[in-house]
Amino acid sequence: MTTTGPTRTLVIEREMPHPQEKIWRALTEGKLMEEWLMKNDFQPVVGHRFQFRATPAPNWSGVIDCEVLVVDPISRLSYGWGTLGLESVVAWTLTPTAGGTHVRMEHSGFPSEEGANYKGAKYGWTNFISKMDRVVGGLE
Amino acid sequence: MQALTNDVFRALADPTRRAIFERLARDGEQTVHALTDRSGVSQPAVSKHLTVLKRAKLVMHRREGRETHYAAQPQALEPLVDWMSVYGAFWRDRFDRLENLLNRMDK
Repeated sequence: MTTTGPTRTLVIEREMPHPQEKIWRALTEGKLMEEWLMKNDFQPVVGHRFQFRATPAPNWSGVIDCEVLVVDPISRLSYGWGTLGLESVVAWTLTPTAGGTHVRMEHSGFPSEEGANYKGAKYGWTNFISKMDRVVGGLE
Repeated sequence: MQALTNDVFRALADPTRRAIFERLARDGEQTVHALTDRSGVSQPAVSKHLTVLKRAKLVMHRREGRETHYAAQPQALEPLVDWMSVYGAFWRDRFDRLENLLNRMDK
């Protein structure tokens, strides 16, 4: 990981009324992953390098370079997630509950405000400015 | 920091200024003359726009002889890129799609 300085983590958790096994399949089978996440050449093998491919945008190829870090069926999955010059890590944890499965996604490695990673801004700024148009419209 | 962020927003709210900034970011350092030739506005107008961009720290300049060269400083946008909110919206949407898929897998 190339990020320097303190980093921040995004956590999303949801209780889903589905068996853990089934959610694991949706998280680890390429065809199923494509349906809810993105096109990919994922394999559930530690060390496997793969890509997610989204629709390209101005100044962005739409490619996310990943590497499988953890495969612990059917509860833990983690992969490195690199795009726009930002290296980060996505980690999934599935825990069975009475009514189904607790799904936790942790996306970590975002530069904090004092972080020194400027590449994201460099590559993403065109896209970003088009969004800013709307924000500014509401400002003035 | 907040004041600078507002400067950046204001500086880029204007389409001509945004075009100048985009050109500098894309094509690299340029003189006021070169920028004027391609912008469709007068040189004093370009200079005025550059002053606003400079105040927001979106461009920097250096003098060489009688010419002033301007270069983009895209890192000035960094305070505005909030990865947490970008990815927060992304993953919430993907969680919805995942649940949707799981419901369909039931059949």
